[in-house]
Amino acid sequence: MEKISGADAVLLSLIEEGQDTVFGYPGGAVIPLYDSLYGKRDKIHHILARHEQAAVHEAQAYAQVTGKPGVCIVTSGPGATNAITGIANANMDSVPLIVITGQVGSAFLGTDAFQETDVFGLSMPIAKWSAQITRAEDIAETMAKAFYIAVSGRPGVVVLEITKNALTSKTDFVYKKAPVIRSYVPYPEIPGEVIDKAAEMINAAEKPLILLGHGVLIARAEKAVKEFVEKSGIPFGTTLMGLSALPSDHPLNVGMLGMHGSYASNMLTNQADLIIAIGMRFSDRVTGKTSGYGTKAKILHIEIDKSEIGKIVSADLSVHGDLKSALSYLTPRIEKKTYNRWRKEFDKFYQMELEQVIRKDIQSKKPLIQMGEAVDIVSKKTAGNAIVVTDVGQNQMVAARYYKFKHPDTFLTSGGLGTMGFGLPAAVGAAVAQKFMPEDNIMKNFPVVLFTGDGGFQMNEQELGTIIQEKVPVKMIILNNSVLGMVRQWQNMFNGKRYSETDLVNPDFVCLAKAYGIKAKKVEYRDDLESSIEEMLNFDGPYLLEIMVDKDMKVMPFIAPGSTVDEMKLVSND
Amino acid sequence: MEENIKQYTVVVFTEDKVGLLNRITIVFTRRHLNIDSLTTSESEIKGIFRYTIVTKTTPEMMKKAADQIEKLTEVLRAFYYEAQDVVSQELALYKISTANLSTPMEGLIRDFNVRILDIEKEFIIVEKTGSRKEVLRLFEQLKPYGILQFACTGQVAVTKPMKELETYLQELNKAAQKSNEIRSWKLKN
Ligand SMILES: Cc1ncc(C[n+]2csc(CCOP(=O)(O)OP(=O)(O)O)c2C)c(N)n1
Ligand SMILES: [Mg+2]
Repeated sequence: MEKISGADAVLLSLIEEGQDTVFGYPGGAVIPLYDSLYGKRDKIHHILARHEQAAVHEAQAYAQVTGKPGVCIVTSGPGATNAITGIANANMDSVPLIVITGQVGSAFLGTDAFQETDVFGLSMPIAKWSAQITRAEDIAETMAKAFYIAVSGRPGVVVLEITKNALTSKTDFVYKKAPVIRSYVPYPEIPGEVIDKAAEMINAAEKPLILLGHGVLIARAEKAVKEFVEKSGIPFGTTLMGLSALPSDHPLNVGMLGMHGSYASNMLTNQADLIIAIGMRFSDRVTGKTSGYGTKAKILHIEIDKSEIGKIVSADLSVHGDLKSALSYLTPRIEKKTYNRWRKEFDKFYQMELEQVIRKDIQSKKPLIQMGEAVDIVSKKTAGNAIVVTDVGQNQMVAARYYKFKHPDTFLTSGGLGTMGFGLPAAVGAAVAQKFMPEDNIMKNFPVVLFTGDGGFQMNEQELGTIIQEKVPVKMIILNNSVLGMVRQWQNMFNGKRYSETDLVNPDFVCLAKAYGIKAKKVEYRDDLESSIEEMLNFDGPYLLEIMVDKDMKVMPFIAPGSTVDEMKLVSND
Repeated sequence: MEENIKQYTVVVFTEDKVGLLNRITIVFTRRHLNIDSLTTSESEIKGIFRYTIVTKTTPEMMKKAADQIEKLTEVLRAFYYEAQDVVSQELALYKISTANLSTPMEGLIRDFNVRILDIEKEFIIVEKTGSRKEVLRLFEQLKPYGILQFACTGQVAVTKPMKELETYLQELNKAAQKSNEIRSWKLKN
């Protein structure tokens, strides 16, 4: 067999894994990789971001929308350090990525050579796995291992640091997918008696509550969960990351959990006698004060990552394993039931929230436009047939609260890390994913709608460049309150309105978009809101809509830090 | 909380891979756990490394940390034991000045069952194998003579209740194989 270069081996590995798209940014240490890419342009599309952090966010969104791992190539040193935030972000939200970084030649390792940073060491605490490759002959095996580790079990980010000499020297190439790794058991077998006990627990409950997390989407278990939920008749709430797992208007859906979630799901968490947590990790944003969480409930935790079981909330029973297989055993063993009285209790709280919060947010009579109005209009106009992306802050919480989801994986947001600047690149990544999707994919022609803040947009606004280069029709809505709204809300509520460094002097976003040749418009009056959104959605191509919104709006209801779920405040004091 | 702090001996078996020590200690650092001692060596099976780590913490914290260690891709298994379940020893070397040397010290050396490794004009070097307590007690006794250097291995331990490593390996191999089957099922369904 003919020997090939290490760089070619990297790309052939990608092709073996069925990858047709990579995101990245070239530099000295990866020039050999880019050279090899040049010869394989027909098989692998490369998306040239404008910053490595953005490249990683784009790869993440691509992964979430396609269900394939995302691949990213960055150079050594600054390329790799720029990628760090993206790596941490994807890993915290359990999204499979392979991040390939260049590295100086192995002879220079440890010498502070030009553009040398210890990426292997830097990535250790924030990646699922990392490896340093210093020889071309190790590439195929390590790549196969990397893909398997990234996508299996609880997915995450794998960082591969490849030295320049490994890319340039010659090797044989034999690729073996999904190697068995004895120290790594991503899908443990679930003992039958655990399932029996779980079923018993569920059948005996009088006021059970199901919590659905991102794990449902990751395990591709939406259908299995839907069957389980509907047979059990148990009301369910979803975490921020689990939002699109089942439709927002499902009759058993009682809303988002946690800090800015629904009043009903939070207030009644402490009335439940059984909490069935499915593919979620009891983030502090969900539990509030943990010692006062689920006070009357037994906890049944179904989770693939053993280290999450009992980490925050101790489980009375845990099912450690893949959700889809767990539910395929569990659903047949539970009784078909309805909990009408219990379900109605949620409605009472919902009515209160509807009257005192939701209506005021989406049908406001205030002089200034409220963020909720924009989200509500987009939600109605797209009827759930959109990929919704958010940045971080008030814009994120309002989008999460008021967009009505219909299809799995149509909500992209930064949950665990809460990374401002995630939104725009993630929207780009999602739109790129659509480009290469087969025609029969339902998401293929969905508009990608970004809700971002004026602050967060500016953290990665350079990606407007990627939009025009890739010609992706991203619809960007900047909810411009001219402040770092979410921080300001806390300053309002907890720091006596001392608005320290949360006012922004902003550029003319419309002009900025126009500089890139992107169509843009600014909306200041409610009367123009709906027609402008309509125009944006109908426009064939990228579009930036800047909506001036009320900076004094507060996202409510709210579980204040240190409070328990049932101490949630429905409205703010002023 | 405070009163529930116990001493644990954590035994971790890993593949022979660069960077693992770092990954394991990161778990301790992130949870603000002090490592009292750490030793590592190849285990009874070639290519598998054994870390013995002594730490003090609560039972809950210990379990969480052990789960996070076991989650590391190249860690085979992580176990933890309370003091009564391990037989442990440390090996300590003392370099003592001869300036104040006198008969009582020689008696001491006999009483403590130490080995003399080297005698020079200015110093003698002795070795003591025993529990941490014994090692420290000898240290205190030798102090008045002037300890020029002291080095100690930290705890090496074997555990009383534990299956043979070979058995765990067989279980893991089976589980990893089974895991691949579950994955194939998932991909098909
Ligand atoms: C990278 C980063 N820096 C800082 C923060 C802290 N932070 C959270 S929300 C927020 C305000 C965001 O302001 P903006 O983007 O305008 O959104 P808004 O809340 O006004 O909708 C800040 C600064 C963060 N989450 N991420
Ligand atoms: Mg803002």
